[in-house]
Amino acid sequence: MTDFLASVGAAFLGFLAAAGRLVLFAGQALAAGLTPPYYPRLILRQIVYVGYFSLPVVGLTALFTGMVLALQSYTGFARFNAEGAIATVVVLSVTRELGPVIAGLMVAGRVGAAMAAEIGTMRVTDQIDALTTLSTDPLRYLVLPRLLAGLVTLPVLVLVADIIGVFGGFLVGTYKLNFNPVTYLTQTEQYLETIDVVSGLVKAAVFGFLVALMGCYHGYHSRGGAEGVGQATTYAVVSASILILLFNYFLTQAFFAQ
Amino acid sequence: MSTAPVRKIAVRGVEKSFGRKRVLDGVEIDCAAGESLVIIGGSGTGKSVLIKCILGLMRPDSGSIRIDGEETVGIGRAARARLMLKFGMLFQGSALFDSLSVWENVAFGLIQGRGMPRQQAREIALQKLAAVGLGPEVGSLSPAELSGGMQKRVALARAIAAEPEILFFDEPTTGLDPIMADVINRLIVDLVQGLGATTISITHDMVSARKIADRIAMLHKGRIVWQGPTAEIDRTDNPFVDQFVHGRAEGPIEMEVRAA
Repeated sequence: MTDFLASVGAAFLGFLAAAGRLVLFAGQALAAGLTPPYYPRLILRQIVYVGYFSLPVVGLTALFTGMVLALQSYTGFARFNAEGAIATVVVLSVTRELGPVIAGLMVAGRVGAAMAAEIGTMRVTDQIDALTTLSTDPLRYLVLPRLLAGLVTLPVLVLVADIIGVFGGFLVGTYKLNFNPVTYLTQTEQYLETIDVVSGLVKAAVFGFLVALMGCYHGYHSRGGAEGVGQATTYAVVSASILILLFNYFLTQAFFAQ
Repeated sequence: MSTAPVRKIAVRGVEKSFGRKRVLDGVEIDCAAGESLVIIGGSGTGKSVLIKCILGLMRPDSGSIRIDGEETVGIGRAARARLMLKFGMLFQGSALFDSLSVWENVAFGLIQGRGMPRQQAREIALQKLAAVGLGPEVGSLSPAELSGGMQKRVALARAIAAEPEILFFDEPTTGLDPIMADVINRLIVDLVQGLGATTISITHDMVSARKIADRIAMLHKGRIVWQGPTAEIDRTDNPFVDQFVHGRAEGPIEMEVRAA
């Protein structure tokens, strides 16, 4: 019995230690941004990389998500003669939940993995130590630009994803389910409130930060050559995905639970 | 002015463990200003860990490391950053930044670390590349396009670009053919003399050690087991040095199967 309790305790302590290390890592990187030198160019480059180059992937997944939402809710709602609610269901699901979550997960796979692999390779080939010996703080130079890029870029990506997702629903609604386009758009707008979109964008900022943080943290602490970098990449994607879903629940609760 | 050599680096009782493995077990060593100290020892004896402790990339568990008489163990980030301006380091695998061109690599410490304008830094970078025998056309290449020996030269140019007071060389000749190794050894000797820098190198290549060292120290199981002027290395009756220099499998040094 004590053995069992000890192992539960050890696991819990391990979890707290990992969480502490993570918060410390993020805190140090952000604190480094308060004093010069600043690297606006590096931040811009990361924004282009995280945002612009993720557009096709995020746009495509958003389109199909919107389309399947319309299709699926039609098959359900038709049983209750509630087809009129389809446009509202699509726009609320996309802006509140699916836009940020799907974009977050896609960016975790695309960008988080790449960050972990790049920084991990720099770690195992001594490039991070080399930065330090050349009087450049690796947290400031490598980590901070990525964290900021994740934070500011994902909301923009999600805004685009929202529009494309709603458009996907519109396509299925008008071409396949024979809705009147004007009616569909009116219904889309009717029950949509600012908070629906804003909450999604806040979620996106949090998810973007988490994805970049996981990528940087696991890359930064990778060790043991190619295998270690591979492992860091896996950890980065898996932990970012789990955290996205976890934070999604709590953010929804914070925004909408009464 | 005193004629006694100034102690540039003084390492006292430095210990470092990873888990249960004790890698450094009370290292004591000095390095005078302008001296070239070479630390020899087998793989896994803690050479790299020692150099990383002196550089401040790792923090020793206990002990003292003084540079120019000032304690460096446990100093803050800002003081550490100032201290780094004195250092240059050549990494074993060169550790060039593969996202940057060759000249940007060489100029990196000048531009990012010291805030020098790019154009001026580029000129210095091209001078340093010339000093290691590379023409200006190499400057715009990417490090991945270069051979191992060329990468090593670029890394050497990067290490000396800011004309540091103290240079560290980690296995400067490992993985190079004997001719390229000799080229690198000569470059190290010439460049260090030109700069008047203090250097600490670690190597297990005795040819290289003899060429670049004023003084040699041998590290074994986390302790300095012998040190003396380079010429003494063939005269000493220290069994560790004797076994290492002559490369014998039998002797007091037993090879560890597991890495540190």
